Amino acid sequence: MCGSCAMMVNGVPRWTCRTHISTIAPLRNLPVIKDLVVDMDPFFDKWIAAEGVHHGRLSRHDSIPAVDETTNERTEANDAIECINCAVCYAACDTVASDDAVSGDGGCVSCHSMGSCTAYCPVELNPMLAIAKLKRVTTKRFFGGKQ
Amino acid sequence: MFAMRLYMAQRITALLMAPLVIGHLAVMIYAVQDGLSTAEILSRTQGSVLWFLFYGTFVLAASVHGAIGLRTVIREWLNVSGALLEIVAIFIAVMLFTLGARAVWAVTFA
Repeated sequence: MCGSCAMMVNGVPRWTCRTHISTIAPLRNLPVIKDLVVDMDPFFDKWIAAEGVHHGRLSRHDSIPAVDETTNERTEANDAIECINCAVCYAACDTVASDDAVSGDGGCVSCHSMGSCTAYCPVELNPMLAIAKLKRVTTKRFFGGKQ
Repeated sequence: MFAMRLYMAQRITALLMAPLVIGHLAVMIYAVQDGLSTAEILSRTQGSVLWFLFYGTFVLAASVHGAIGLRTVIREWLNVSGALLEIVAIFIAVMLFTLGARAVWAVTFA
């Protein structure tokens, strides 16, 4: 699957398919299974815990709903729609490195906006901005607001 | 969630301190114009409910804010967790508050 080739290349998280390699190591912040292979479960488990998951409400008998590309929610989703789940952002994150060493229960509020995720994203997405938006939503919810 | 409460407490105390820091700096620059003596400071602060509330709030906010920040630094850089981390954080908060509160009390109502 495209996106599974991410490793530490020349000391930084990169796609091995797109990088001239001098040194190579398994992707950081994930448990190594063997050699260059890492277990990506912790990455996806956190993703699911953060509700980055689709809850289908329709069955095959319903008609396909039209997507309105002009709504706010849809425009916001556009920012991250090119993500191929390669975990380069996760490997680049120094907060994950130190947080996981302890307990890693902080969620989006433990992000220090250091921006390595955004700096190393191979498709030039902005996970740091996405996390900032998550913090905003979380803060509003803390004060009892919706969304 | 505990992490969320700490996050919010740190943000709220930061919001609280922003105008206090500006006020503190502005008064400092204004007050120091003709040189500054202990007697001059005390003549303004002693018995003043306003300065007591101003710096009292400041000390309270700073001890909460600083302790949460240092707790994160200690947690992430020294890999300390569990009860020890909370004890250290509470100690820092109490220590900051005690030092600050003593100073505020000394220049206002002592």
